[in-house]
Amino acid sequence: MTSIGTGYDLSASTYSPDGRIFQVEYANKAVENSGTAIGLRVKDGVVLAVEKLIHSKLLVPEANRRIQTIDKHIGLASAGYLADGRHVSNRARDEASSFRENYRAPATLQYVVDRVGLYVQAYTLYSSVRPFGCSTIIGGVDKHGPALFVIEPSGVSYGYRGAAVGKGRQLAKTELEKLKFSELTMKEAVTEAARIIYLVHDDAKEKDFELEMSWVGDETNGIHQAVPKDLLDEASRKAKEALETFE
Amino acid sequence: MDHFPTNWGRPRNDAADPYGTYPIHQRPATKDTFAEGVQRTQQPIVTGTSVLAIQYKDGIMMAADNLASYGSLARFKDIQRLHKVGTSTVIGASGDMSDFQAIQTLLDEVVTDEFTHGDGHDLGPAEVHEYLSRVMYSRRSKINPLWNSILVGGFRDGKRFLAYVDLLGTTYSAPSIATGYGAYIAIPLLRAAVDGRVDELTEENARALLHDCMRVLFYRDARSLDKYQIATVNASGVHISDQIHLDTSWSFAEGIRGYGAQTQ
Repeated sequence: MTSIGTGYDLSASTYSPDGRIFQVEYANKAVENSGTAIGLRVKDGVVLAVEKLIHSKLLVPEANRRIQTIDKHIGLASAGYLADGRHVSNRARDEASSFRENYRAPATLQYVVDRVGLYVQAYTLYSSVRPFGCSTIIGGVDKHGPALFVIEPSGVSYGYRGAAVGKGRQLAKTELEKLKFSELTMKEAVTEAARIIYLVHDDAKEKDFELEMSWVGDETNGIHQAVPKDLLDEASRKAKEALETFE
Repeated sequence: MDHFPTNWGRPRNDAADPYGTYPIHQRPATKDTFAEGVQRTQQPIVTGTSVLAIQYKDGIMMAADNLASYGSLARFKDIQRLHKVGTSTVIGASGDMSDFQAIQTLLDEVVTDEFTHGDGHDLGPAEVHEYLSRVMYSRRSKINPLWNSILVGGFRDGKRFLAYVDLLGTTYSAPSIATGYGAYIAIPLLRAAVDGRVDELTEENARALLHDCMRVLFYRDARSLDKYQIATVNASGVHISDQIHLDTSWSFAEGIRGYGAQTQ
């Protein structure tokens, strides 16, 4: 890290001479250290999946969820600092509910993402705050159909067919690129998502992990829900099988 | 820069003169918007009439017609007065329909809020009723009530729930409840058929009973309509029916003095 010791990384309100904001880049580093989170936008819905690393055997199973519900039709998966992710999701919830109050209609994904993006970006402007150490994948179904976005620590947001953030994002992206999103059903997407999470998990380096998945779309009547236990177990089983035949 | 020396040292807006820089006799008269006090709901405007509800063998059933009146004018004849809340509750309202719409929005917000917590808990009929009663009582205590009588019914964990709450925050529970005119006309019929016999009352019988009561109400209540809906809540969830039409016969009217053409 050439930036260390130059003094340009002491605040988010300082540029380096070549035009970078080091605090934002450090925030990205925080995301890169976290378990992978992916999102798939298929023809009839969206599937979110997270590789939740278990840092202690003493933890209660299914505690510290990294996928949260923003509105009935919107889900959010975060990678990076979990507490930062929770703060972002709280903001997203406020935005979605204020949209409902103002317009008497469910918020579009684009609206929520734009508003949350503005909020995240504000934390890259001042020396008194640090940027969010989390990338968030926001997925859902609105009046335009299924939608999937990623908001990065810099505040930028992009729409995706398939998105991956966190430690295993490179490999996950390679796998996502092989999929035909316009032809997949939600159930198939669940299987694929589980397979990718199992694939990117590095057994040698990492401790145990928990697969966390949610979906929203035709299968759930447009409601964001956790993937049912039986389907999740089935997908995990298939993922482990596929892993043995892989390579 | 203000180039008028007379303005110097004075507040920019003469209407507000906190330092009293204007001589009193020159001070502009201010108009206080709230001089006449804050206006609150004094009476309902667009209203719905009775709501009927009963417990039966498998759950609860609620009925309300599709009319929203403007005084004595049958103004809106396609209004749904039954509303699903969450997964196991239905509410039906008589009284001011705009207040009812505000209540629907409020409850939807609470349910959504609860859902986003993602803790696996949601609001059942008892919780919805308790919440509504607190809202209604707090509004009446601000002397700004939501002008409704509301029935809350539901079925959850194998238990029936049916209760009442009104604009004062009054609540009670019973096997059969009716609001408005129905409390006078339909209640005797409902109690005779339901009370003490809840576990024998089949869905079919319950439906027929409500149908009869709605017909009686349509004959006697001048603010009612011959089009209504029934909400059923049982183990399979909440179901709100399509509009049901009442068949009525008015031929008897010709023989009654006071109706129709007068032949002395």
